[in-house]
Amino acid sequence: MAAYLIRRLWQMVPTLFGVVLLVFFLFKYFGGDPAEILGGLNATPEQIAAIRQQLGLDQSVWVQLGIYFKSILSFDWGKSWATNEAVGHLFATRLPATLTVMLPILILDVLIALPIAMWVAYRRGSLADRTIMVITTVALSISFLVYIIVGQYLFGFQLGWFPVQGWSDSVWTNLITYTPLPVLLAVMVGLAPQTRLYRSFFLDEMGQDYVRTARAKGLTENTVMFKHVLRNAMIPILTNIGLALPGVFVGSFLIEVFFSIPGLGREVLLAVNRSDYPVIQAVTVYLAAITMIINLLVDVMFKVVDPRVVLK
Amino acid sequence: MNVPAGAAKVERSEGVWHAAWRRFKSDRVGLVCAVIVIVFLLLIVVAAVGGVARNWQQEVGVANAPPTFLGPRAAEATGAIEVPKGPNVDLSAVDPLAPRYKEWDERAAQFKTSEVPKAETLAMGADRLGRDVLSKAVKGTQISVFVGVMAALVATGLGTLLGAFAGFFGGKVGDFLEWLYNVFEAIPGILLIFAFAAVFGRGISTVVLILGLTGWTGLYRQVRAEFIKHRNREYVRSAEAIGASVWSRIFSHILPNVSHVILVRMSLLVVGFIKAEVILSYLGLGVGIEDVSWGTMLAEAQAELILGYWWQLAAATLFMAVFVTAFSLMADALRDALDPKLRGLE
Repeated sequence: MAAYLIRRLWQMVPTLFGVVLLVFFLFKYFGGDPAEILGGLNATPEQIAAIRQQLGLDQSVWVQLGIYFKSILSFDWGKSWATNEAVGHLFATRLPATLTVMLPILILDVLIALPIAMWVAYRRGSLADRTIMVITTVALSISFLVYIIVGQYLFGFQLGWFPVQGWSDSVWTNLITYTPLPVLLAVMVGLAPQTRLYRSFFLDEMGQDYVRTARAKGLTENTVMFKHVLRNAMIPILTNIGLALPGVFVGSFLIEVFFSIPGLGREVLLAVNRSDYPVIQAVTVYLAAITMIINLLVDVMFKVVDPRVVLK
Repeated sequence: MNVPAGAAKVERSEGVWHAAWRRFKSDRVGLVCAVIVIVFLLLIVVAAVGGVARNWQQEVGVANAPPTFLGPRAAEATGAIEVPKGPNVDLSAVDPLAPRYKEWDERAAQFKTSEVPKAETLAMGADRLGRDVLSKAVKGTQISVFVGVMAALVATGLGTLLGAFAGFFGGKVGDFLEWLYNVFEAIPGILLIFAFAAVFGRGISTVVLILGLTGWTGLYRQVRAEFIKHRNREYVRSAEAIGASVWSRIFSHILPNVSHVILVRMSLLVVGFIKAEVILSYLGLGVGIEDVSWGTMLAEAQAELILGYWWQLAAATLFMAVFVTAFSLMADALRDALDPKLRGLE
């Protein structure tokens, strides 16, 4: 196990190195001149030259790459060009809002999709199954945007059940007042693909021999479904949740934009619109690292859940 | 071919495309959806050459004209201020400009202003500027689908090429490409798109490029797996034995045998890219201001909805829902027909 962990962590190094190279050269060669962005429209050539020198842009590419690596390893990303806020601070203050919205969405998605998927899988081919499959196909074809626009208008503006948007400093107020509408809408959107996916997992398991054996032993349908099928189907479902976890950090930036939630996703989008490179670069590199670590944890978790799994 | 007379006709086994077409034909839902998609594609071609919706930018209706079936909007109340009646007071004795009015009137008469009659209602209503929503939706369909298909082509080309090399050569090349794949996979998709959008700017070709460059990984993985499977098959070894070059083995021997997998993947990519384009355009990172797509229509529709003008939202949603539903069901049918092993995986 320890050897496995060390090898996996060691394998992350070249990948992370690649991510850093990708981000560096992407912004270096396609991203426009940082000095001109920083200097603004009225900067004199001397000012721009001064900024270039300050950022080390007058050095060779390799020296710049070295500076870049040093800043990553020392977790020093400098400051946002637009707000002069330290990037590390930006992370720490925006992440809680994102998690407040995204974790309930993730949990509710799974908790609601699981029983529906199990039910339609059990009644495969029935009218209910086909109806739900058609509904999910149509639901999937409508843009996420439409759900949010119509939902916000209907529930927030017309019916007045929820505040249209807003955020406060208290986690409880946020959870009780401001998150229900975004969570409701995001769950509505996420339910369709989730149900389809889980249904296919259940169908896979229900076709296995052990299900026939269990039935032949005379076990009740409830026992077969809940004790045998559900537990085995949980393996791919858990993988899927694990794969969805990194996405939680960027959050649903659309939700954050529409509902004015001061989260990480909205911050990234703002950074893109302002050409605020340090923020985009930092978020990209760190999220890549987080993604890889979560993937490793998911693999290790498998070993715990399913003793048959051999870690290679 | 020298077949002796009277010999039994050489039975050729059914080709993969024939078999697929036979399976596809029996899928009625898939067939109907394919027809819908073809109708849309025809509409797009006609719109692209300027047959319809060429003048989508013309302000043909009154601002926010409602759809025809709703009837024209009731005239707004003008307020309680009484309009004065009777002739105006004659001020010409004290008005210093009075002597020149006649001259100005004559000069003004030389220019003709013609009032273009603006429609009170349009088939699907008008937007804020009085542009026909139906034309906009048709033009938007053209742009959105074009972006989706082109981006899918770019991603497919990239994924196929890299996947073929990685799978066929393996070794150092394979390791390098796997590393590249891992790098792209490590970054959450939407963030990668944002990072590319931040540096590349806006415009139709840019969106195609961004989506294509960030979306090739899934296809790469599958093509690579197929090539690994095929590279040591007997027919490839035989081709090598008769002196077929590396290129010809990759592209004319193996590639046709895995093309059905690529086609299925590509059709799934189109749907994903269309949805991504809509969101990017909504956020202002997609097509430019001069163009219209489903995303920009939705962006305008949001402000209109608050005022009660729901038709632009409805038009964009309707066009998109019909096309994407038809296309995904067609892709499903295509997958079942071309790759029966994959059935039920999605």
